[in-house]
Amino acid sequence: MNVRVGDIIKLENNQFVAADLLLLSSSEPHGLCYIETAELDGETNMKVRQSLSVTSELVDPYNLAQFDGEVICEPPNNKLDRFCGTLYWRESKYGLSNQNMLLRGCVLRNTESCYGLVIFAGPDTKLMQNSGRTKFKRTSIDRLMNTLVLWIFGFLVCMGVILAIGNAVWEKEVGSLFQSYLPWDPPVDNFLFSAFLAFWSYVIILNTVVPISLYVSVEVIRLGHSYFINWDRRMFCQRRNTPAEARTTTLNEELGQVEYIFSDKTGTLTQNIMTFNKCSINGHAYGEVIDTLGAQSKRGQPLDFSFNPLADSDFCFYDQTLLDSVKLGEPPVHEFFRLLSLCHTVMSEEKSEGELVYKAQSPDEGALVTAARNFGFVFRSRTPSTVTVQELGRPVTYTLLAILDFNNIRKRMSVIVRNPEGKIRLYCKGADTLLFERLHPCNQDLMNVTSDHLNEYAGDGLRTLALAYRDLSEQQWEDWAERHRGAERATDCREDRLAAVYEDIEQDMMLLGATAIEDKLQEGVPETIAILSLANIKIWVLTGDKQETAVNIGYSCKMLTDDMSEVFLINGHTVQSVREDLRKARERMMESARSRDGGKEEEMEGWAEGCSLGNGFGSGAGGVGGGGGAGGADWQQQENKQPDPTPPPLPPSTLLDSISGEYALVISGHSLAHALEADMEQEFLDTACACKAVICCRVTPLQKALVVELVKKHKKAVTLAIGDGANDVSMIKSERHPAHVRLGIGEGGTEGAGISAHIGVGISGQEGIQAVLASDYSFSQFRFLQRLLLVHGRWSYLRMCRFLCYFFYKNFAFTMTVYDQYFITLYNIVYTSLPVLAMGIFDQGIYTSVVLFFVPYGVLSQAARNDGIPLADYQTFAVTVATSLVIVVSVQISLDTGYWTAINHFFVWGSLGAYFTILFTMHSNILFSIFPNQFCFAGSAQNTLGQPVVWLTIALATVVCIVPVLAFRFLKLDLKPQLSDTVRYTQLVRQKKRKPGGRGGRGASGGAGGLGGGALGRLGRAGSRRSGYAFAHQEGFGELITSGKNMRLSSLALATFASRHSSSWIDTLRKKKQQQGPGQPSGGESSPASIPTAPLSTSSSLLGPQDVPAEEPAHTPLGPAYSSAVTPTLARSPGADSTGGWAISLGAVQEALFGWRGVGARVSGASSPGPPPIAEESSLAE
Amino acid sequence: MMATSYNAKEEDGHRSGPSITAGVSTDRSKKPDNTAFKQQRLPAWQPILTAGTVLPAFFAIGVIFIPIGIGLYVTSNNIKEFEIDYTGVDTYSPCFNCSQSYSWNSTKPCTCVVSFSLDQAFEGNVFMYYGLSNFYQNHRRYVKSRDDRQLNGDMSALTDPSKECEPYRKNVKPIAPCGAIANSLFNDTLELNYIFLNGTQVQIPLSKKGIAWWTDKHVKFRNPGGNNSNLLPVFQDTTKPINWAKPVYELDITDPDNNGFINEDFIVWMRTAALPTFRKLYRIIQKNSMMTPTLPRGNYTLHITYNYPVRSFDGRKRMILSTISWMGGKNPFLGIAYITVGSICFFLGVVLFIIHQKYGNRSKGAEIPS
Repeated sequence: MNVRVGDIIKLENNQFVAADLLLLSSSEPHGLCYIETAELDGETNMKVRQSLSVTSELVDPYNLAQFDGEVICEPPNNKLDRFCGTLYWRESKYGLSNQNMLLRGCVLRNTESCYGLVIFAGPDTKLMQNSGRTKFKRTSIDRLMNTLVLWIFGFLVCMGVILAIGNAVWEKEVGSLFQSYLPWDPPVDNFLFSAFLAFWSYVIILNTVVPISLYVSVEVIRLGHSYFINWDRRMFCQRRNTPAEARTTTLNEELGQVEYIFSDKTGTLTQNIMTFNKCSINGHAYGEVIDTLGAQSKRGQPLDFSFNPLADSDFCFYDQTLLDSVKLGEPPVHEFFRLLSLCHTVMSEEKSEGELVYKAQSPDEGALVTAARNFGFVFRSRTPSTVTVQELGRPVTYTLLAILDFNNIRKRMSVIVRNPEGKIRLYCKGADTLLFERLHPCNQDLMNVTSDHLNEYAGDGLRTLALAYRDLSEQQWEDWAERHRGAERATDCREDRLAAVYEDIEQDMMLLGATAIEDKLQEGVPETIAILSLANIKIWVLTGDKQETAVNIGYSCKMLTDDMSEVFLINGHTVQSVREDLRKARERMMESARSRDGGKEEEMEGWAEGCSLGNGFGSGAGGVGGGGGAGGADWQQQENKQPDPTPPPLPPSTLLDSISGEYALVISGHSLAHALEADMEQEFLDTACACKAVICCRVTPLQKALVVELVKKHKKAVTLAIGDGANDVSMIKSERHPAHVRLGIGEGGTEGAGISAHIGVGISGQEGIQAVLASDYSFSQFRFLQRLLLVHGRWSYLRMCRFLCYFFYKNFAFTMTVYDQYFITLYNIVYTSLPVLAMGIFDQGIYTSVVLFFVPYGVLSQAARNDGIPLADYQTFAVTVATSLVIVVSVQISLDTGYWTAINHFFVWGSLGAYFTILFTMHSNILFSIFPNQFCFAGSAQNTLGQPVVWLTIALATVVCIVPVLAFRFLKLDLKPQLSDTVRYTQLVRQKKRKPGGRGGRGASGGAGGLGGGALGRLGRAGSRRSGYAFAHQEGFGELITSGKNMRLSSLALATFASRHSSSWIDTLRKKKQQQGPGQPSGGESSPASIPTAPLSTSSSLLGPQDVPAEEPAHTPLGPAYSSAVTPTLARSPGADSTGGWAISLGAVQEALFGWRGVGARVSGASSPGPPPIAEESSLAE
Repeated sequence: MMATSYNAKEEDGHRSGPSITAGVSTDRSKKPDNTAFKQQRLPAWQPILTAGTVLPAFFAIGVIFIPIGIGLYVTSNNIKEFEIDYTGVDTYSPCFNCSQSYSWNSTKPCTCVVSFSLDQAFEGNVFMYYGLSNFYQNHRRYVKSRDDRQLNGDMSALTDPSKECEPYRKNVKPIAPCGAIANSLFNDTLELNYIFLNGTQVQIPLSKKGIAWWTDKHVKFRNPGGNNSNLLPVFQDTTKPINWAKPVYELDITDPDNNGFINEDFIVWMRTAALPTFRKLYRIIQKNSMMTPTLPRGNYTLHITYNYPVRSFDGRKRMILSTISWMGGKNPFLGIAYITVGSICFFLGVVLFIIHQKYGNRSKGAEIPS
């Protein structure tokens, strides 16, 4: 893919946008196109982009080739939500905004094709600007190791110096006199020079304390652990056929140290699939009560919808009674589903008869409409003014009078329809809290029942929605329509007026029931989160979603629970309000901590207050607010009042750490922007870290990185980021302070694409593989995190620690007792092949070496063999000490091995065996007779080890070395047993009781299981909590529908076109955009005024704008390459291309989100024949 | 529990695998092998330091070590040992003169006689050692200053000794045996006379065979030219070490099996000591066939041919007589150490037991029924 700036690219449906494009035209009318920005911000709802009206007519490739506009725009930056530039074309100027841009990483949806001009490519794209550079990561053990090695080197030099001084003294006092026997080497003429040489000799001789081979051994162990992770069947996803993959070998032991997990939501915690799960109709609850645990067992067969030829085969529902009610024709049930089939903004597409595809702006809506469809109320098609529904096989066409669209404040949407009989009815669905206020008083009883149901659903973490209707008389409708028109025409405060008008009509409604949609969590997510939080790992969810959605998910995955003391919501838009919110949250925590302590520690109390105020003071000093200043004054007073200045001023964080109540913090992106500012970040961090769960919603990728960075910077904790999409990449590897561990969830499942689904090449199911590529580990399910962290991480860490300790131990013990050069060489070889587990400390190492020297010294200095020959010769001594050392070290390793497998036995006994074998070989006569100078220890082994005294000495030395260790360990275990010890112990007891000699297999996994058991007990509780309904979509579609702008031409031709608001929707859209992104200078240029007022009818009659032949040669002054003509539909069969990541991900077929039929993706390459292209695959692959 | 439930699910998935993975059925399943090794499920034994295992271990060590220690101590005490310093540091000592006239190459040997008496009779074989103090045979430069190839009878090494031997490698001609160790060969001669009560002296026969390791004598050290009894032509291109009075082929002219490199005194010297104070076996006094003890109690004289100068480095020379037991020479340290360690273990066991009983926070119900 040689995409270069200035190229014109054709994109087809479901394709990833390959670069930042200026949308020129699309197959849809008015140059509209729909994109999904999940890769960028995690939101899965569709967004609309529109091309400039002047370019929207360039549909023909030939015309596009003639396009010679010039774009001047801002330099590459990482702001995803804004763009400003100007297009100069045909002597006029057009302002460009984000509304015209297709950013790299988006997916084209619901649009057959579109053309775009490449503005930024490769690393300049906003996506790439948002992801940082990779940095080499080291684990804390690495750092420890490095410092240790440095210390050891220092130790070595010190030893060298000490020994050299000793040597100097000896040479002066003794050596000089001893010269007749042992003259100095020729260059040595005095003891100082001798000492100088001795220093270097000692450095060389003692270099074995510096564990050179340590690094290699550590890497080998890590590699082994990585393989164990890759091999783990419990981290294998059957559905996607992807095993876990450790993409790096260096971070394994860090997994066990994770304290903070930063998780993405969509695709990571959730599957991003909405299912219609339960409903309450007229006070009757449908949808069986599914126990969250025994779900599989209790669930029966899904309902058979075969009676309905239009049913969606993917839809599953399990309660037969609901279907029976539909078939029996209960009016409320029918009305319920009629509402669902009418009140929405879903678009339908019918490729062939009965093959309906819904294109929903939000997956929630899609789920609801699909549910209605399966229960016999099939939404078939819509025009700007009608909705056609197949009601139990009978097509009914309703006249769509108005759509009262959703927005954040209203939290509901309504439609007003006229049925074929002429009756006008308003259907409304929305958040229960708001809807219930607007019900007719006669609904009280039903409301109570429904309310109970809603509570129940909410308790299960379902997204709830209340449904209601209202019959309108013709008169009422006329009156209201008049006012509505008035409001629409209004130029100022149009929004408010409209809202007020909507409010008017949405009154005295009759309650129908409620729906419950499950945002399907990935398997095992709540359990995993519960267990992780039991392990004191704090989980922060960073999501681009709305606050309501995020909170909802928080509840459903048990991050937030009803047991929590309080959930703080922070969504202030100003610095001041954010600060205030944070302060309040802290105060609340303090208060409860205080009341809990019952004032038993008065000072603490005082300090608690002082601290919270202290923060206020800090802010006051920052010159931000008067409130802060007042706090500061209070603080000073407090200090003055404090009579006893003895307790040292605790930093607020330590105090906050001591809070044990369970709190949660929900912060929105706006507030986060303020909270992350330098003067507030400490405050934010303290507050957030005192909470058990933190949810940050509406965050940008960069903010994700900043949050991770913040925690890393201020807390000395290991962090882990888990995510699945490109928007998580920055979090996963942020530039300056990358998360310690990066995790990518690879959703390597591809359906029907024929691509071999292994991570790294296969594209992800829902979001790209970019997170995987940037990650250190990848697997396909969130729940595997539990195993990765709690089993593999723990094991790695323990093994590594023990290994390190043992390694240092043996090196120290050994260096002090060196005699035979072959022993030196072999020692490390024989033992580093045995990287099992052991522990020891430096003192112990030195202790051991001292014992190993002095015990044989004491014994052998006087001893003689039983044939009278003294034993104190150098070689005997060496053999004795070496043998003792090997035995002591083996016993030590045996003591440290907590888990004796055949491999351990093999290595321990094997190394002992190897030692003796090699010893006897080295000391054999045969080797000596061949190389007399090399194997001068001939006969030492058999002469030495044949002596009972030697064995007694070895036994003595071993016991003396081991007994203190043993006693110490026993005391530690007996008096302060750690959890793992207890678990092991009880397990042992249980095992012994069950059957003696039974298989003892499940060490740590059993431990994890025990924890899991505890967690599950807690999960069972589902409290009563009312969850607000969370629409996952934005407003804006209603207007599109009623205006008919987004209707297919074919359907438009059939429709009776109502030209009421021909272009005003664009106007409002644009206004909203401008309000959202203030300071967009040139937005006015491309104002709706430039849009032809009646293009629709024209174009529809012309059957598409494919003409306008222009003859002049194309030249795009933008790119370096003299741009080529657009190659239309350069069809590329998926899988045939194997050039790597991006190309394949583009060429691959996407599973459509809402059950859309997958359309064979095609890459329309706008390949320029110019100079070699920028290799952007590589940049992406990084 | 968690893990097993997942496991069950996985297993379910596995059984219905083909249908689920229909879309990718062409692919080989990447499911990792279910081997005990790869899944880290190897059968294992988990030793835990419980009171039930550690305390008995301590007591066992105590129970085993203390009797061994007592046995060793008693055995060691039964060994008789006599030691006499003949360096001649003090002016009144008989060897004072000899020690003063220091010379390596004095043609006229200096002799002195030291008399002593044994309080107890020495029975069985008695071993006669010479002991040196403050002599750094374990010095790194000293230890390596030898050529094992030369000593093993290699002809090429005989004429071209290893560099390690410097500065005792060549003295115009190559030195055999080369190196500092050989050069400083202990060359005092010790003879032992027993003085009967009537004043007559009788020389006690000293055996010079069997004082070196068998492997040294027969494997490590060999004369060049094989078993040729006439060593002179073999060594004709070499010269004697600087400090030696006579060449190596004249070390023991009487016995060709003890001459040249395979001279046992030489071999013993070449086995360097590990500590600066050491003793080396000099002679063995074979026990008599008669009923009398090998060395009866009484007065003895030690006749020394004083050649070896040690005064320059403050050294000491000793003569040691010792009997031997199954466990070797006199060695009170080992017995005491065993008793000490055994007692400590026993004591620790008791202490730990008390601590365990008093403070151990493991419920007694959970104790392993052993």
